[in-house]
Amino acid sequence: MKFSGFKVVKEALTGHKGWTQLWRNPEPKSAYDIVIVGGGGHGLATAYYLAKVYGELSIAVLEKGWIGSGNAGRNTTIIRSNYLLPGNQPFYEFSMKLWENLEQDTNFNSMVSQRSIINLIHSDGQRDAYRRRGNAMMLSDAGARLLSRDDIKRMVPFLNFDNARFPIKGGLMQTRAGTARHDGVVWGYARGADQRGVDIIQNCEVTGFKIENGKVLGVETSRGFIGAKKVGVSVAGSSGRVMEQAGMRLPIESHVLQAFVSEGLKPTIPGVITFGAGHFYVSQSDKGGLVFGGDIDGYNSYAQRGNLPVVEDVLEGGMALMPMIGRARLLRAWGGLVDMSMDGSPIIDKTGIEGLYFNGAWNYGGFKATPAAGYTFAHLLATDTPHETATAFRFDRFSRGYVIDEKGVGAQPNLH
Amino acid sequence: MLIPHPLLGLRDSQEFTYLGDASLMQRPDASAQNAEAEFCDYVFLRDNPAGEHRELWFHEQGDRSWLVVTRDTTTHEILGAELASDVKGAVK
Repeated sequence: MKFSGFKVVKEALTGHKGWTQLWRNPEPKSAYDIVIVGGGGHGLATAYYLAKVYGELSIAVLEKGWIGSGNAGRNTTIIRSNYLLPGNQPFYEFSMKLWENLEQDTNFNSMVSQRSIINLIHSDGQRDAYRRRGNAMMLSDAGARLLSRDDIKRMVPFLNFDNARFPIKGGLMQTRAGTARHDGVVWGYARGADQRGVDIIQNCEVTGFKIENGKVLGVETSRGFIGAKKVGVSVAGSSGRVMEQAGMRLPIESHVLQAFVSEGLKPTIPGVITFGAGHFYVSQSDKGGLVFGGDIDGYNSYAQRGNLPVVEDVLEGGMALMPMIGRARLLRAWGGLVDMSMDGSPIIDKTGIEGLYFNGAWNYGGFKATPAAGYTFAHLLATDTPHETATAFRFDRFSRGYVIDEKGVGAQPNLH
Repeated sequence: MLIPHPLLGLRDSQEFTYLGDASLMQRPDASAQNAEAEFCDYVFLRDNPAGEHRELWFHEQGDRSWLVVTRDTTTHEILGAELASDVKGAVK
């Protein structure tokens, strides 16, 4: 079944009886060439690109719950490529270009909306830093615009420009950034992968790896043993728990990150806005809810829920930036597990075990990376060499001294 | 979260800053043959357990003592707290 405007009209006239299931629910086979652990956005995108771009024919995606039920269903759906460092920025720009063509590629409405992002500037030093970042963005073809205070007043007049402590002095804008519908991304990749023969196996938890003579032979799961020539682990948030079963210690701590959504409001916020003096960012979903978040709670956690001090801190940031947010009622708050790495950047690499590959350590930024993480992880799985945009995301960068520390805070995961 | 400080009783975790795994108290021997590899593991790798975790909290807005707090990372339940100096002394 192919989605099109014509199909929508036809189904509307014939009682919507022609829509079919988006993906099958197959029983697991005894063995596959490639098994992907984790049916989130990254895992499904990996399977999709493995089948589509790299021509792999025997692939399974194993998901312990239902697809997209982890961080793919818990993030704040922002897509952007406004990084600074050379190890990061080309990768995120590659992701941005994949986002721009995602819906045509998967024939699925993932509601990609390039509604821009504005990072606000509150001091002269911050303006210098953002000018430098904007230049780095332009070097990678991502585009960037330095905004004056008057520009911002025209675009988003509802901000508190004259906060006594943190007046707004300008901003850095990426017009190509925006948001996407998180579930739509998962479903689009799942459907596309399924159409190309990938088995998506839900309710199938990996409980161990079968490793002999330093080579992986398959995975033990809650639905029996599944053999595999190659296993790709893509379970950010639970990386520690899963890789422990392969005997690996990682440069990662698991933390909890909270997010919030208000009741539905009329269209208010045009794009994504980030507060430069605290950690607060906000956008508005197509349903009308203000979607916002801030810092991680800051201590190791596998609990998928946070505590009140961070809720208070995030809302204080929101009130300082746009006092009108105080009139909106908070509808929901939730927590997701994030792999916080030692330099705040991800890992897409082989492991010391032959046939076992790892994609994780996405810190709080995994959603925007979904297409490129899938593409580059598929490249690594299929060719055993890193994709040209992901050569820096190696395990050994820590021992070699090539860390990618955007924030410059060192090996302290809760500060990234 | 309330942390049962051994000297001050229950204190709000907001008074503390968090460092990480309590094993950070055991620095490798800098004069050992493989010190470079040992320090690399020490600085960058973590056990990161789901469940009981012994971790360092600094009572920054209190008596400025370091505590070793035992906490369940799957529930946030705090199972105990000791002065880091006592833990260090016991190891020696």
